[in-house]
Amino acid sequence: MTSTIEPELGKARRRKEDARLITGNTKWTDNIHLTGMLHMAVLRSPMAHARITGIDVTHAAAMPGVLMVLTGADLAEEQGSLPCAWPITEDMVAPPAPAIAVDSVNFAGEAVAIVIADSDYAAHDALEAIDVEYEELPVVLDMEEALKEGADLVHPDLGTNKNATWIFDSAEAGTGSDVEQAISEAEVVVERTFRQQRLIPAFMEPRSVVVDPSAGMFTMWSATQVPHILRWMLAAVLGEPEHKIRVIAPDVGGGFGGKLQVTPEEVLCFLVARRMGKPVKWTETRTESMLSGHHGRDQIQKLTLSARRDGTVTGLKVELLADMGAYLRLVTPGVPILGAFMFNAIYKFPSYRFVCTNVFTNKVPTDAYRGAGRPEATFAIERMMDELAVELDRDPMELRRQNWIAHDEFPFTTVAGLTYDTGNYEAATDRAMELFGYDALRREQAERRDRKDPVQLGIGISTFTEMCGLAPSRVLGALRYAAGGWEHAALRMLPTGKVQLITGTSPHGQGHVTAWSQIVADRLGVAFEDVDVLHSDTQISFKGMDSYGSRSLAVGGTAIVMAADKVLAKARTLAAHMMEAGEEDVEFNAGQFSVRGTGTSTSLGDVVLAAHVAHDLPDGMEPGMDADATFDPENFSFPHGTHLCATEVDTETGAVKIRSYVCVDDVGKVVNPLIVEGQVHGGLAQGIAQALFEEAVHDESGTLMTATLADYLLPSAVDLPNFTTDRTETPADTNPLGVKGVGEAGTIASTPAVVNAVIDAVRHLGVHDIEMPCTPMRVWKAVHKGQTEGVPTGPGAGGGLGSIDSQGGAQ
Amino acid sequence: MIPSAFDYVAPSTVEEAVEALASGGEDVKVMAGGQSLIPVLRLRLAAPSLVVDLSNLEELSGVHDDGDSLLIGAMTTHYEVQRDHLIREHAALIAEATETVADPQVRHRGTFGGSIAHADPAGDLLAPVLALDATMIIQGPNGRREVPAAEFFVDYFTTALAPDELLIEVRVPKRTGWGAHYEKFNRVAQAWSIVAVAAAVNVSGGQIVEARVGLTNMGPTPVRAHAVEQALVGQPATAEVINAAAAHAAEGTSPSSDGNADQEYREHLARVLTGRALNAAVVA
Repeated sequence: MTSTIEPELGKARRRKEDARLITGNTKWTDNIHLTGMLHMAVLRSPMAHARITGIDVTHAAAMPGVLMVLTGADLAEEQGSLPCAWPITEDMVAPPAPAIAVDSVNFAGEAVAIVIADSDYAAHDALEAIDVEYEELPVVLDMEEALKEGADLVHPDLGTNKNATWIFDSAEAGTGSDVEQAISEAEVVVERTFRQQRLIPAFMEPRSVVVDPSAGMFTMWSATQVPHILRWMLAAVLGEPEHKIRVIAPDVGGGFGGKLQVTPEEVLCFLVARRMGKPVKWTETRTESMLSGHHGRDQIQKLTLSARRDGTVTGLKVELLADMGAYLRLVTPGVPILGAFMFNAIYKFPSYRFVCTNVFTNKVPTDAYRGAGRPEATFAIERMMDELAVELDRDPMELRRQNWIAHDEFPFTTVAGLTYDTGNYEAATDRAMELFGYDALRREQAERRDRKDPVQLGIGISTFTEMCGLAPSRVLGALRYAAGGWEHAALRMLPTGKVQLITGTSPHGQGHVTAWSQIVADRLGVAFEDVDVLHSDTQISFKGMDSYGSRSLAVGGTAIVMAADKVLAKARTLAAHMMEAGEEDVEFNAGQFSVRGTGTSTSLGDVVLAAHVAHDLPDGMEPGMDADATFDPENFSFPHGTHLCATEVDTETGAVKIRSYVCVDDVGKVVNPLIVEGQVHGGLAQGIAQALFEEAVHDESGTLMTATLADYLLPSAVDLPNFTTDRTETPADTNPLGVKGVGEAGTIASTPAVVNAVIDAVRHLGVHDIEMPCTPMRVWKAVHKGQTEGVPTGPGAGGGLGSIDSQGGAQ
Repeated sequence: MIPSAFDYVAPSTVEEAVEALASGGEDVKVMAGGQSLIPVLRLRLAAPSLVVDLSNLEELSGVHDDGDSLLIGAMTTHYEVQRDHLIREHAALIAEATETVADPQVRHRGTFGGSIAHADPAGDLLAPVLALDATMIIQGPNGRREVPAAEFFVDYFTTALAPDELLIEVRVPKRTGWGAHYEKFNRVAQAWSIVAVAAAVNVSGGQIVEARVGLTNMGPTPVRAHAVEQALVGQPATAEVINAAAAHAAEGTSPSSDGNADQEYREHLARVLTGRALNAAVVA
């Protein structure tokens, strides 16, 4: 065992994972081939809402290589209902959520039949031979229409399209005063409605599942973020004993919340494997992923902000409509509620009310997507602060500064009832303003306006915070969430000095293996290379709550520290015994125990070996040096930062170009700055994409028009600016590492910075809002036609694969 | 993303290829670089019984000097086209447009002739070959025939090619010393054009001798902006003249409306982008 000299924490190590991920010499679920493995293909409904009046599978079943064709009717008895782990209110209404439709289909893309064949080719060929008869039902797509009296219903049995209404009111909760009174007494009231378009997580690796029913148990490999939750839910849904289910998430190529799910296809593969006694694989295509994997966002946000003439905010009222889609998935109804505590953001609102109405429509269910609830909240409040600044003719940064929590006011309990432990908004903002050259850009903006330059400059601000480190279990309980929010870690101290860390977090691209190795190396004084991290296999990592909500480091990392400290505590006792010294005289530094004031020392490796052979242990000490720990956080963590965006808007074409983007994030202490930088870059790309590029568009029949990556526009590197990133470091004081979380920060912060910049560029031309994504046509119509909503976006004729006719077009 | 089953042949001569097309009936598809056909097959938007792969036809690859014109083999890749010195010198507009096609991977696989025969109105090479009055050289069972670009593009994804005919070469008259620019407007770099404008201008002594302007995605086929061209001939090559001429760009077009652009916005873009393309071309 070697001792490390350079501190591990804060070191920009390259990721251990990268070589095998980049070369492909690794294990994705779709790479798994088992003897006798069958292949499943899924026939999906082209209709958004219809009764299934007949399915004829006889031709398909007779095709070469096809072993079985199953419909919802065949599986109705055993498929159960897909789980929703977050019934947000006592009186929430929800339909059963079948993995495969039985009598009716409720979104285009819902499974209606499955083919099991001896090859993927045979399975897909047979899909075309299945004949389904549908009787069309009225399609419900618009949330406001869906809530009207006499509206067509997605689920007539429920008698309503309303899933639930969830309310937080600061006067009722005792965390603030009454917002209605604040509004009625206000000197200034700003009301705005914003639309959070529907987004598609678009992870790089499509979802894939393999289920092996051999050896007296079920082993499932799945491209999932949540192997532990998945095992629990499979047991609950399918009645199979939990200890006979093993779930493995091998290397997983991105999730962004899109793989925080118990999917219909996971259940269907399980059912088929159980029925046929053979291993089964399903791997989706990109279009299948976009048609059936859960979507994100999709809210209408009505905001009312009250303030005094001097700029002091006095109240905030938020009224949301949130689109659930056709069914509730794992945490569907809770996603908008995660935003409930964040609309007040970094500002000292004395009164606050949040009302969210969840609505069913005939669309793919929504669920977690990077930021989940918090990007929506941050967008709304940061847009509103800009609107208030305009109303009061104030500089938008000065107005924010006037209202935010000053660094010496922490810990600060907000009007939403959260206690922000630490933060320093002034420091992050000052640094960002300096890097950005704010004053020079404002001068250039004024100059371009004066000379009526066709290309106008806009400056957008987002001073954001978020709640990370999901989550204190008691808080989750109070919010009616079905699970806890703790995390587990175990250390296996091997006799040769190597260390295996077992974590309950489930990495899917973040670099946990590297960062966790650094934490263990730092804490135990072992070499980084001598640590390996085991994860995402319920047989090995037997206890965990997986990865989402920027929780892995703040919660899972803390469990690692606790487990390491248990190892050291026991090792110290044994070291004292070995060196014949009093325990109080034993010091530990860089992997060595030494007796204070003497030259006597022994390494942790020697102590571990002594514990392993157990030849001479103190009385009552158990052999071995392994330890485990479970950490349940007392509080969330609250990363924050200041993001500044300058856009050039071509008023002749409506094209938006990001000229510069500066962000200074405070994510607390940093384990690996390279990984943090990567997370920020990816997050910015995704948040900017919401502002400018991405939107899931349905036609009036409920067909998803953006079902390929030619139509659903993800930006690539050339479409994005060079980012200027920096950090301030205000440690969290709610965990021993002082860390906060970084996985979602860029996504949460960047969207309003970009949209604020676009609006700022053309505000003097009479524009006060443009719906996202701010496409060139939308910007142009806003500037030249005064049209700020209802401008369509989506695939273009001749501008996407959707334009190619069914004959294939060519020649 | 598994296509329906199909038969596959990869002939080694043009004659064999034409024979294969003739034997394949109505249901045959030609594959050049495969950059449009393969996605369509994988999405099962097309289910041909036979795919004739031209990738062995090396004779169709390359650019040749043919006196007053260039001959560009149909299987010449975009990458080869954009780097070819003959094209840069005598048909710079084609090089400019080719540089904007999709992304480097597509440009290494995709072919000049494949793009033209596919006839996607948003494809970037149609307007340049139309503007330059190129001629399509076609081989069928009864030998060769030549069709001018103006008659080649018939409708959305539809050309003058019969099912048993192959586009083998494109003859492009030399426009040596002309200024050229392809102004492409799209939302992300690798996307198709919402609207694009191909402009080539012959300027002598500050006067516009001749101008050629082709529009991408302003109708079911590429469109020549004749009114713009006429307004420029014999005029000084100034921004004022160009911008006045560009105001005619949408005349005679019939653009579609979709989520990226409705008709009104496309017509507006055509005018703005025509001005930009011409202004860039006269200084090029």
